[in-house]
Amino acid sequence: MRSTDDLTAEERRRLIASMRPGDAEGVPELHEVDVPQELRAEIETAMSRYPQLRSAAIPVLWAVQRQYGWCSPEGIRQAAAVMGVTPAYLEAVATFYDLFATSPIGDHRVLVCHNLSCWMRGADDLLEAFCEATGADLHDADHHGASSADGEFFVKGFECLGACDIAPMASIDQRYYGPLEGADAIAAIEALRNGEEPLPDKAITLRPAAGEPRLVRRASEDR
Amino acid sequence: MTDDRMLFKDIDAPDLASIEGYRRRGGYDAVRRALFELEPDELLSSLEASGLRGRGGAGFSMGKKGSFLPRGDMEKYLCCNADESEPGAFKDRELMQKNPHQLIEGCVIASLAVGATYAFVFIRGEYWEIADILDRAVAEAYEANFLGSNVLDSGARVELIVHRGAGAYICGEETALLDALEGKRGNPRLKPPFPAIQGLYGGPTLINNVETLSNVPHIVENGADWFKGFGTEQSPGTKVVSVSGCVQRPGNYEIELGIPSREIIFGLAGGPPDGHRVKAWFPGGSSAPVLTEADLDLPYTFEDLATAGSMLGSGSIIVADDTVSIPELALRTARFYHHESCGKCTPCREGTNWTVKMLDRVVRGEATPMDLDIIASVQDNIIGHCLCVLGDSMAMPVGSMVAKFRDEFEAAIEAAREPGAGELDHSHIDRPLTTGARAA
Repeated sequence: MRSTDDLTAEERRRLIASMRPGDAEGVPELHEVDVPQELRAEIETAMSRYPQLRSAAIPVLWAVQRQYGWCSPEGIRQAAAVMGVTPAYLEAVATFYDLFATSPIGDHRVLVCHNLSCWMRGADDLLEAFCEATGADLHDADHHGASSADGEFFVKGFECLGACDIAPMASIDQRYYGPLEGADAIAAIEALRNGEEPLPDKAITLRPAAGEPRLVRRASEDR
Repeated sequence: MTDDRMLFKDIDAPDLASIEGYRRRGGYDAVRRALFELEPDELLSSLEASGLRGRGGAGFSMGKKGSFLPRGDMEKYLCCNADESEPGAFKDRELMQKNPHQLIEGCVIASLAVGATYAFVFIRGEYWEIADILDRAVAEAYEANFLGSNVLDSGARVELIVHRGAGAYICGEETALLDALEGKRGNPRLKPPFPAIQGLYGGPTLINNVETLSNVPHIVENGADWFKGFGTEQSPGTKVVSVSGCVQRPGNYEIELGIPSREIIFGLAGGPPDGHRVKAWFPGGSSAPVLTEADLDLPYTFEDLATAGSMLGSGSIIVADDTVSIPELALRTARFYHHESCGKCTPCREGTNWTVKMLDRVVRGEATPMDLDIIASVQDNIIGHCLCVLGDSMAMPVGSMVAKFRDEFEAAIEAAREPGAGELDHSHIDRPLTTGARAA
C-alpha cells in the first residue's frame, strides 16, 4: 500500500505538523472544536497522502459531507482546525463545486442529467417524473436542486454526467442508472423508501460495450 | 472472430478489471520493458515517434508534450485528466470501469518517461463508483509492486493517487485541474508558464487524458511503427468514439482513425430512428462547431474535421435529427457553458450569460432578427479573449448553429410574431424547456 497508509496516528500527526503553514491566524484550535474521532482520522489520512496538505481540501470536504450530510459550518470549522487552514478557505472551495451542499439537502441524492443527449431523449420528462415521485419542486430542481418536504430526497437537474450512452439517465446516491422512463423514477423512489437498491438491472456497471468485438478498420483503398 | 481492438480488447471479460485478468493478457509487461530495457529518453522518443495525439480534446502530440518537461533532479508530476465532463463524452468512464489497469500501467510508464514520482488521476466526483474501481485496482498494483517506493525492485518510485473532484466542468481544463488538485477553487491559470515547466506545486507536470495514457502500454509493447500502422499519417492509432443523441445504438466504439464519419453514425450507431434524418452533429463533443448531413462523408480524423471548420476534440459525436429544434439546441448548449463558467474572465462570464438570455428570447419568441447579429458578434468577442477556452467552447458551436441554421432561428422569431401567436404563453419560462424531440 501507499507509503503513508501504514503510519500510526501519532506519526501521521507529526508528518502533518511538519507541513503546517506558519500563518495560522484565524485557524480554529483543535480544542475549540469537537471533531468526531473518525472524521479526524479520515481527514488526517487524506492529508498525509499528498505532498502538500492543502491538496486534501476536496477529499476532506467529501468526508465532512459524509459525516453531516452536507458541508455544515460546524463541520467545515472542525475540518479547518484539523487541516490548519481557515474555515473561510474551505468554505470558498466548497461553494465552487456542484456536488458539495452548503445548505442541508435531502438524504437520497438524485441527479438527473438534462444536457444535450439526455434532453434529446426525454430528460425533461424524467426530471418531472422524479419530482412527482418525491414531491420536490420542479422549477427549483431544474435550477439549484430541490429537496422533498420529508427531507428524504434531493432532486436536481444536472449538467452532463458522462453517460450519454444510457440517456436519459440519473445518478442516484452516486450510482448511475439508465436508460430511464417515468415508471423507473417511481420504482426507484419506492425502492429507496424501502431501503432497497433502486433499479439494479439498470445499473451502468452491468451494461456491455456497444457493437461487435472488433476494430472497424479503414477500407483498403483509403490506405 | 478475434477481438482485434486495442484499447477495448476483451472489454467485457469479467476478470479484465482484476490484476490477474489483466496480467493474464500480457498486462504490465510494458512496465518491465520500460524499466529494464529502455532509457526514459528512449521511452519519450518512442512515444513521440508513434505520433500519438492527445485524446482529451486538443490533440497535441503526447510525446512532444512529455519532452517539454525539464530533465534533471527535481520533483515532477504526472496528472491523468479523468475529469471527462464534456457533454457527449463518456469513453474514459468505460475505459476506467472495465480496464483500470491499462490506465494505471500507462500512468506508471509515463511517470518513468518524464521522471515523475507522484502521479494523480483526477477523476470527476460524479464518477464515484468508477473511482472505487480505480481505487481497488491501484491497491492491487501497489500490492504487486507496480507502484510504490521501489517499483519491481528497480529503485524507481511512482506513487499513484486517485483524486476525486466534486463537480466542475472547468476542472477538465488542465490548469484549473492543477488548482483543484492543490485544494483550491478550480480557476484556470495564465499561460505561459505551461504546466510542463511550472505545473502542480510549481513543479514540471505532464497532463494527459485517460485514453491517451491507456494507449501508452500498447506503444511501448509493440513499438511506434506498429502503432502508426493504424489510422492516418496525421492521426495515427485507434480512437474510442462516444456516439449519442438521436441514434439507435448509442455507445462507445473503437475505430481506426480515418474511417468515414457516416460509418460511425450509421454503420455502428444505427443512425437516427427510421424515417428521420441527421440535421446537425457535433463531431467532437458539445464544444465543436456543428456539422450537417452534407459533412457525413468526412474521414474521422483530426485533420479532416479541422479542415471542415470543426474538430475531433474528445471524439464524442452527438447527433441531432430533424425532430430537434436548433435554437433550443443552441440554448441548451449555451446554458451548460454559462453554468460552468468559473467567472474569472469577463468575456466568458458575461458572454455566456448574455448568450443564454438572447437565445432564451429567440426560443420564447421575443427576439428580433437583430438579436441574431448580436449573438454572433458576442461569440466573436469571446473567442481568444480569455485565460482558457471554456468561453470559446460555447462560442464555436453556438456561432456555427446561428451561421448554418440562420433560417431556422429567423423562422422561430417570425413564427412567434405572427398574428394569432399574439397571446404569448409564458408559463413555460419557469419550467424546463419542452422539446419537439421524442421521448426515448
